[in-house]
Amino acid sequence: MVERSPAPAATRTKEGPGALRTALSLLWADKLACAAVIFLVIVTLCAIFGPMFLEEITSKPNLRGRNAPPFDLSKGWMFILGGDQLGRPLLARIIVAAQNTMVVAAGAVVASMIIGSALGLIAGYSRGRAGQIIPRLADVIMSFPSLLLAVIVLYMLEPAVGNLVIVLAITRIPIYLRTTRAEVLEIRERMFVQAARVMGASTKRIVFRHILPVVLPTLTTIATLDFAFVMLAESSLSFLGIGIQPPEITWGLMVSQGRPYLTSAWWLCFWPGLAIILTTLSLNLLSNWLRVVLDPQQRWRLEMGGKKNA
Amino acid sequence: MPDHLLDVRNLSVDFHTARGTVHAVRDVSWHLDRGEVLAILGESGSGKSVSASAVLDLIDCPPGEITSGEILFDGRNLLTMSADARRQINGKRIAMIFQDPLSHLNPVYTVGWQIEETMVVHGTARDAARRETVELLRKVGLPDPEGAVEKYPHQFSGGQRQRLMIAMALALKPDVLIADEPTTALDVTVQAQILALLQSLQKETGMGLLIITHDLGVVAEIAHRVVVMNEGEIVERGSAREVYHNPQHAYTKKLISAAPGQGAMSEGGQGPEPMLSMRGVTKTYGAFHAIDDLDLDLYPNETLAIVGESGSGKSTTAKLLLRLEEADAGEAHYEGRDIFKLSPKELYEMRRDIQMVFQDPTQSLNPRMSVYKIISEAWVIHPEILPKPRWRERVAELLEQVGLEAEHMYRHPHQFSGGQRQRIAIARALALEPRIIVCDEAVSALDVSIQAQVIDLLHRLKDELNLSYIFIAHDLPVVRDFADRVLVMQKGKVVEVGPVRQIFESPREDYTRNLLAASLDPDPDVQAERRAARLEAAQ
Repeated sequence: MVERSPAPAATRTKEGPGALRTALSLLWADKLACAAVIFLVIVTLCAIFGPMFLEEITSKPNLRGRNAPPFDLSKGWMFILGGDQLGRPLLARIIVAAQNTMVVAAGAVVASMIIGSALGLIAGYSRGRAGQIIPRLADVIMSFPSLLLAVIVLYMLEPAVGNLVIVLAITRIPIYLRTTRAEVLEIRERMFVQAARVMGASTKRIVFRHILPVVLPTLTTIATLDFAFVMLAESSLSFLGIGIQPPEITWGLMVSQGRPYLTSAWWLCFWPGLAIILTTLSLNLLSNWLRVVLDPQQRWRLEMGGKKNA
Repeated sequence: MPDHLLDVRNLSVDFHTARGTVHAVRDVSWHLDRGEVLAILGESGSGKSVSASAVLDLIDCPPGEITSGEILFDGRNLLTMSADARRQINGKRIAMIFQDPLSHLNPVYTVGWQIEETMVVHGTARDAARRETVELLRKVGLPDPEGAVEKYPHQFSGGQRQRLMIAMALALKPDVLIADEPTTALDVTVQAQILALLQSLQKETGMGLLIITHDLGVVAEIAHRVVVMNEGEIVERGSAREVYHNPQHAYTKKLISAAPGQGAMSEGGQGPEPMLSMRGVTKTYGAFHAIDDLDLDLYPNETLAIVGESGSGKSTTAKLLLRLEEADAGEAHYEGRDIFKLSPKELYEMRRDIQMVFQDPTQSLNPRMSVYKIISEAWVIHPEILPKPRWRERVAELLEQVGLEAEHMYRHPHQFSGGQRQRIAIARALALEPRIIVCDEAVSALDVSIQAQVIDLLHRLKDELNLSYIFIAHDLPVVRDFADRVLVMQKGKVVEVGPVRQIFESPREDYTRNLLAASLDPDPDVQAERRAARLEAAQ
């Protein structure tokens, strides 16, 4: 009853040299997403440059600084977040661990998302045998305990970063596959897909131009949530002794190494845990913002100048 | 002052949205007496449902806010009443039925249980409620009421479900029944039955009946008085006859003149050779014969309408012709080739010639693409039509041709109204320079006045571009105005085919006659005559 077509002011010309500026102003309109992007840029910079400068400090034990409490500047500002069980500064270790963590988590998430959604698109769109077989494969993977699968594979292969990514990716593929397939099955029957078929559009065009853009927001949301899961899964593999091995470090590994000291030195677990949470949260906020920006029906919320809109 | 049963006085409702306040209804007053049928007539967005929602406390506050007015029921103001007291009135004394009965019936309970439940909640014993339910189902004309109480909603047809909703609303013997577009989703023949049922029930129980509708025909058929709404205000009120024959307000005049079925019928001479002929086409889904041995000819520059009730195979015919579904048997000759046997490459070429406009433009346009991308996609797929540098210019030209403006190409579909969206869909179909356009209920989702504009547009394009249309519709007055020839379908078979004048003036088959008799005329006098004729025939 109150449906009104939005103000024509939202007319936008096509992407041009101003695209970056438009993107930035849209980002500025959502302050939370803005903070998230800044945090993610910092994490990325740490991941790239951290190991170059801080590698040495993080591997040198310092027994006088064992479990040093946080916010005590007497041992230098590197110890502002405290020291770990061998007296290594936590701040430096978190910065250096960002690299391994990001490589494993991003690698596993991106790989599982691409493979999973590609298989999901095939399974959902094809009416032939592939549509029957692929979901069954996903069922097989899902019915197999993922940790057990990881243990078997990593027991046989060397527990290197690459293998870890492969194992984690395989166990997460069914999630994307099932979601994509379910959405495609529904979108395939929508009128605009039928309209494209009537115009003679190729299957490739229908799948990539009409179906994928509608599924993508769901997939990125799942992917960002999955980021945290993968980081923790990686830490449990490290705990079992088949993931990343010390002296290499990841955030997840730091959490699991700090666990025996939880009652006496909470900061050993807390800071790397906080890093995991903040990264996931930032990614989630960013994906939320992306979802709004990429949807022409919602973009006006940001174009209106970022008034409070949930 | 004499008391009315239900009296809405100076009601104003605002909706606070992110883009400012919308005045949904402004200073609206109407009243309803016992034993009376009042119709609120209006197009979408006119606020016709809002005041009825306010009566039943169905407006969400916020975002809605009732800014002024009162609603008196039996002399008591509903708006100042406690929530508890209101619950005693809603459902029990004022009941409502909706457009889409399926979404208001719970699929996991038997319908008998659901109707009983409303009575049990209000204090009737279970076995007494069961007896009364069977009685109600008999009253609303469901076959085998004893068996029907044990069935689930999905086992009923659309018309039967609407009967169930009516039975449920009547379970507590309300004083007022509000019906919000009760027949819009139904076939014409079923619509006539439901309206007749409502009318007889209303006479029998003496309740007040409020019908909210966009259809002048419904008003003519059933209403004593009518209130016409436009943009949240009442523009005209009076008896149904008076308003139809002597409208005062410009808007009412426009609405009445836009009603289809009054123009001249086409005399349309047909070309010598059909450009498209389908022969012996058959399609089955399992044991269900969707289309059974269908023959169809389409001549150059003609409009062939396919009419029939839902489930008669109209849309399936279109899908087969466009190869969205594969036919089981038969052939469709177009330019010396059988469409059903084309190779993928030939099919791709054929797509240029035969295009389609869908029923719901909201769904047939990709919401994520701009209008420019939607229309130019045709040339991405068929690059031989137009070189890329000329696309922008041609999109502007097409938009102007369908009555939009060139700068609309940068907008997205959600920024347009329903009628404008359908124009975009037509522009997209024209982008391929087709010779045949299949319109599947292309105007049924639109308001009456918009419908008339889109029909005019299609008419003009037909002459300008020498197009042929296959026009699938259930709305006979539109067909009467627009079609050259009509093909009547029932249960997958062709019942009758002929020029529009012959079908409408001297139909040969009973089925066609029933279909025509059931369709509603906007003139209350004509409708009264037909009603009398129906009664006579029934006796």
